[in-house]
Amino acid sequence: MINGLGVFWPAAIVEATLDDGRTVLGQWMRTETNPDTGVESVQLKTANRDFDPQRMDFHWYPAPTIRELVLPGDVYVLERAENGDCYGFLVQLTAPTLELPEGGTPDEQLREALAEARRRRADEITPIARQLAALGAELQQTRNAILKLEYRARHGGFTGSPSRQTSGIVEEGPNSGEFGYRTGPNSGESGYAGRLAELRAEESRIRQASDRLVAQKGALEADLRKNTARFRLASGQVQAIALLDVVRAYQPNSMSWTAKVGHYLAKVWELLSEEPRESNTEGGLFPAIFGTVMLVFLMSMTCFPLGVLAGVYLGEYAREGALVRLVRIAVNNLAGIPSIVYGIFGLGFFVYGLGGVMDRWLFPERVEAGIPTYGTGGILWASLTLGILTVPVVIVATEESLRTIPRGFREGSYALGATKLQTLLRVLLPMASPGIMTGFILAMARAAGEVAPLMITGVVKLAPNLPLDGQAPFFHLDRKFMHLGFHIYDIGFQSPNVEATKPMVYVTTLLLVLIVLAMSSVAIYLRNRMKKRYQARAM
Amino acid sequence: MMMSPTEKVNPMLQLPHAQFSQSGPEPPTGREAAPNPAPKDAAGAASPEPAKADAVDDRIVRVRDLHLYYGTSQALSAVTMDFQRHQVSALIGPSGCGKSTLLRCLNRMNDLIDDVRTTGAILLDGQDITDPALDVIELRRRVGMVFQRATPFPKSIYENVAYGLRIAGVSRRAALDEAVEKSLHRAALWDEVKDRLRESALGLSGGQHQRLCIARAIAVNPEIILMDEPCSALDPRSTTRIEDLIAELRGEYTIIIVTHNMQQAARVSDFTAFLYEGALVEVGPTKQLFTKPQKKETEDYITGRFG
Repeated sequence: MINGLGVFWPAAIVEATLDDGRTVLGQWMRTETNPDTGVESVQLKTANRDFDPQRMDFHWYPAPTIRELVLPGDVYVLERAENGDCYGFLVQLTAPTLELPEGGTPDEQLREALAEARRRRADEITPIARQLAALGAELQQTRNAILKLEYRARHGGFTGSPSRQTSGIVEEGPNSGEFGYRTGPNSGESGYAGRLAELRAEESRIRQASDRLVAQKGALEADLRKNTARFRLASGQVQAIALLDVVRAYQPNSMSWTAKVGHYLAKVWELLSEEPRESNTEGGLFPAIFGTVMLVFLMSMTCFPLGVLAGVYLGEYAREGALVRLVRIAVNNLAGIPSIVYGIFGLGFFVYGLGGVMDRWLFPERVEAGIPTYGTGGILWASLTLGILTVPVVIVATEESLRTIPRGFREGSYALGATKLQTLLRVLLPMASPGIMTGFILAMARAAGEVAPLMITGVVKLAPNLPLDGQAPFFHLDRKFMHLGFHIYDIGFQSPNVEATKPMVYVTTLLLVLIVLAMSSVAIYLRNRMKKRYQARAM
Repeated sequence: MMMSPTEKVNPMLQLPHAQFSQSGPEPPTGREAAPNPAPKDAAGAASPEPAKADAVDDRIVRVRDLHLYYGTSQALSAVTMDFQRHQVSALIGPSGCGKSTLLRCLNRMNDLIDDVRTTGAILLDGQDITDPALDVIELRRRVGMVFQRATPFPKSIYENVAYGLRIAGVSRRAALDEAVEKSLHRAALWDEVKDRLRESALGLSGGQHQRLCIARAIAVNPEIILMDEPCSALDPRSTTRIEDLIAELRGEYTIIIVTHNMQQAARVSDFTAFLYEGALVEVGPTKQLFTKPQKKETEDYITGRFG
């Protein structure tokens, strides 16, 4: 975790001259001594993965072979959109399609050129990308409409109200809907044919429009890509790097302290606000942060009311008997079940059970086309699964804190002519609320860190869309989502380039802990306010 | 040392009745048969109000042959007594004698305890309140209660007093304001809290808590206020204030108070009943019971010879 704090600090780049005459540039990572030979080795992050003969960005060098170490002031670190960082010395800037002010040192010119390229991309390419996304959504809607239409035609419901016929759906072949036409028995109807033709025309219009935009975007990018900077690498070879690919360029060895702080803050901001790049090893974590927080919120919305209701029922209403005792034992034991078991339950009950039924009733046309909507993992099912995982804690806390309220308060309320419900709502629950909140905080903290059940109920390593966005109906609870905990697992243990992902693992872990801490702090703050307000002094 | 309760109580049943009944028509209450002509001076001397015409029965509560069991153990046996309207009645007796249990029967507070069984009848203005079909909520609005330990709700002072009205469905601001102010005045708390009605009631002192609970009980305008050792957790000064308050409320409300403190019973009550081991030993005007007890057990208890 402490490691996570330092990841974004611009580290110095050393230039090492080796015995065999080679020079290498790299970030000093660590030294290790071989226990057998006693030889010390140094690990350098040499970056330049795409130019390296072994396609690696980390190398070990035996310490005795290093003849000289210097800190070159003018070395550049280029964060690139692909292939990781590049370390090198600026040779020459070639910017034929950029309008740049004359003069200045080469370093200043490079900075200008990068800024200009970035501005051009924001002005020209980003709007096109946005249009493309909108067209994609439109296309999806049109395809859904076509599916629906074809389905209704097949099941004879086109002229009437939408048919709820569900028989035989599962037996229908999959993949019939995406592109393949399937003329239903009612295709002769002019209304159906006309509407279908309309939709088809719409579909192809959208496709053409988006093809045009893709071409336009490609051309603009190619034009901007002509602007390159040539860098001399440690090996001596000179490489041209397109300015468009450079996310950030800086000279760590000659940065002032304030510049380093600025760089650090910029990187932190990127982490919090941007999407991940390079299979999650670089860039931001925003979708994962968002997914985690939203998951916990949805989970709270299930587990809190459910737990409080169940706790109140068990504590106040249920008549003490064998059944209630059994339920209580079961609830207490639920808290000890491994979370993966909950995940399997969630998969079987929510995803396949509930989700399958919902799909069959709400989107029969999509089921027939083999496209599940709710019948596959999604944030809704994941949060419900976490909800039942955490609900025992809330139940126990509710029951316990209701039980510890002195009897006098109940009697005082009843003696004034209050009903059981009024007493519960106006006196007992407010008094029990700090205790209930304590249970809820525990539940939330557990849920936020839970990964295993999510892996089979809807978390993914890279989700194209957030579960909450500007497109109606805004909440897309069927969508898959990203999660910090799973992110750690994915980049830490599933990535081919373990060394490169290490910093991100540290950072993500730190962030996850901070988020859990933040959410718990809010809940604790609320609880303390309630305590002040509602908790009677010892009576 | 003593007779068994049943043997002992039966002859006594006539005693309280004889002393308390005014010469009105006796409603049929089963076991109590013929009205006994009472020595009027006894009741009249203790009661500040002269006996009214018999349009209203002065005995607001009549307990008839009440037996109460907690599970298998009997807590009250064959209690028969009356409580006078707009008078203060005290229940005294050693711990565990059933006086609190009897008190809690009067607003069915014992319903909250599992495994309680009662037989017999308690008539509140002629209506049997032990009837399981009775609307307990309505009963408790008519029969308020103040407990040994003051339990102000964790709300503001204002909301504590307004609680009973709010749950009864009163939500008009003006009506609530008026009732709160009136009740706090009646409970002699207004001057101390009028500037901080919105503050939490938990910030008040122990004596103020108890007066707040009395104000809370008064706010719903009950006919009877039951007090279960209201001063046992208070210092002498607060006790005096509560006792003054009881004296003030007398005449407007019927007050039934359980107390361990015989001086207190002597100071505040018009009638006193002595219970022992779940049975009523003696009941009578306070002055008489303390000066000329009819029963040896009563005398022993009030003189401190046992208990």
